[in-house]
Amino acid sequence: MKKNEKMQAYWKKNLTYMVVLLSIWALVSYVFGILLVSQLNAFHLGGFPLGFWFAQQGSIFAFVLIILAYYILMSRLDKEFDVHE
Amino acid sequence: MSIMAWTYIMVGVTFSIYLSIAWMSRVKDTKGFYVAGGGVPPLANGMATAADWMSAASFISMAGLISFMGYTGCIYLMGWTGGYVLLALLLAPYLRKFGKFTVPDFVGDRYYSSTARVVALICAVFVSLTYVAGQMRGVGIVFSRFLEVDVDTGVYIGMAIVFLYSGLGGMKGITWTQVAQYCVLILAFLIPAVAISLKITGNPIPQLGFGDTIASGTDAGAYLLDTLNKVSVDLGFTQYTSAFGPGNKSMIDVMAITMALMVGTAGLPHVIIRFYTVPSVKAARLSAFYAILFIAILYTSAPAVASFARYNMIKSLNNVPYENAPSWFLNWEKTGLIAWLDKNGDGLIEYRAGKAFTGTPQFTGQVGAFGQPLLSNTPTDSPNELYVDRDIMVLANPEIAKLPAWVIALVAAGGLAAALSTASGLLLVIASSISHDLYYRIINRQASEKQRLMLGRIMIGVAVCIAGYFGINPPGFVAQVVALAFGLGASSFFPILVLGIFWKRANRQGAIWGMVSGIGFTMFYIVQTKFMGVAPWFFGISPEGIGAVGMAINFMVTIVISLMTSPPPEEISEMVESVRIPRGAGAAVDH
Repeated sequence: MKKNEKMQAYWKKNLTYMVVLLSIWALVSYVFGILLVSQLNAFHLGGFPLGFWFAQQGSIFAFVLIILAYYILMSRLDKEFDVHE
Repeated sequence: MSIMAWTYIMVGVTFSIYLSIAWMSRVKDTKGFYVAGGGVPPLANGMATAADWMSAASFISMAGLISFMGYTGCIYLMGWTGGYVLLALLLAPYLRKFGKFTVPDFVGDRYYSSTARVVALICAVFVSLTYVAGQMRGVGIVFSRFLEVDVDTGVYIGMAIVFLYSGLGGMKGITWTQVAQYCVLILAFLIPAVAISLKITGNPIPQLGFGDTIASGTDAGAYLLDTLNKVSVDLGFTQYTSAFGPGNKSMIDVMAITMALMVGTAGLPHVIIRFYTVPSVKAARLSAFYAILFIAILYTSAPAVASFARYNMIKSLNNVPYENAPSWFLNWEKTGLIAWLDKNGDGLIEYRAGKAFTGTPQFTGQVGAFGQPLLSNTPTDSPNELYVDRDIMVLANPEIAKLPAWVIALVAAGGLAAALSTASGLLLVIASSISHDLYYRIINRQASEKQRLMLGRIMIGVAVCIAGYFGINPPGFVAQVVALAFGLGASSFFPILVLGIFWKRANRQGAIWGMVSGIGFTMFYIVQTKFMGVAPWFFGISPEGIGAVGMAINFMVTIVISLMTSPPPEEISEMVESVRIPRGAGAAVDH
């Protein structure tokens, strides 16, 4: 049973990472890029209206970082729970 | 040297590279044929995934569409990249651990049912065929403009090349060819993007350039996007950067389309299958990161290219006398993808909001007062006199910016690389679905390695012919057709794959009815709105976005039916447990 509990803990942590990272994913794309786009367009990032920037570029940069963060977090977690290859 | 000569050189050199790679990586066993032996390094797999998935639509059509849509172009930008987050976090590592050949394999085993396997394989073949049709049209466009052969001949050349390297090398050949194709297509996209960014803003990085100021001319010193907003409003369009105005899509529609494209990306069988080719779960996660990184290079430059193209087009065409029209305009006029109808007889090309005339250009063969080919189309009431097919923007861009001939030729080679790499990935999915999932797993479990390999190659041949047929009789706009394939992908696989991994209680009956109802609703809605002229009735969501609703239906039906029927057997729970743990992926590939 001990091994089973360990796996439960591993899976739970994996799910936590997933939920946090998917929340950021939804925030930069659906919230900043679509829901609040008109409000954010009142602010500028150089020549970019901010909402427009998130919709056409910022969100993509964020996606790259989210996947990188997931890779790093999971590699550590695999080692911690000794399930790596 | 002329553009033609350069194009023959570029296309000749790149095609010989692809074919030599295919020859060097030819395979003799089914494991090599379906999953490239399972030992592709993550960096190479990331490049191959990027090329596999960035299609003719991403390379040729997307920047053009964005350039006409302004803000709303974000549906393609976020939609086609955001799906990678879902893929990397929800699917790739687990499917790699499962470690068999195809998506129907997972569906069939997880839901312990041949029926589920067959439903999944029909979905896979259907999605891939819809998608491959768009690619072949892309190949046709590129060939007809740059090699000045007719579209049909272009498609035949494309068919022969794809057949040679995917039939010979299977997944292994495709993977390494796609690595080369990624290099060609990204260079072909970036070189003109950088050159145009330098020309317009003086900033060599397109990602920053389109938020920069214009370097010279009448608008010097003003921000490019501000200028575009102003010019657009002057010509009767809505502002380039503002969202949801009149004539734009509504917020709920933008949400739905973005969601459908994201989930569709994560549900596309030819993308998922790529994660079976790496050696471990960790490598699957890493290759998802490389894939999004390589994709992001193109996807963050595309909106820049879009705004430069829009600015350049308006500046070089609007209110210009036809006699002084730039040479790119006359070149593309020959292909019938751009046309001018002089409504007020003043000889000036006037570009305004609205359609110039109904339908696509029909030239009468006669020449008008200013030397323009005359059209037989019915003019509309709008003051607009210019027809531009959105698909040409990326291909015409280097000509519009007056870049040297070799750059124009390189763009042609890049467009072909994008179309062919995706086509080959899709053909492999079709071939493996039929020869592995249908023939070997359902009809004849005794089939020898040699028979299965032979059948795989024959199926690639059949699929090439079907794809070629669609290339010659194209069903519509490149990006639109692809968008529909995404909708079908979203509504069929994604929900049952996610539930299969994250919810042990999901069972056979749930999955079958989930897939059938999801894809059924999506198909029904698309056929109604696209082909039968019914107005989009579901909250005004356009057919491109309805996959998001189909996905929700699939989720709900799968959950409700699963709860109403008996739970899956014990060994399935054990299988799900094992898929969740990374260790041991290397050993799991055997059948």
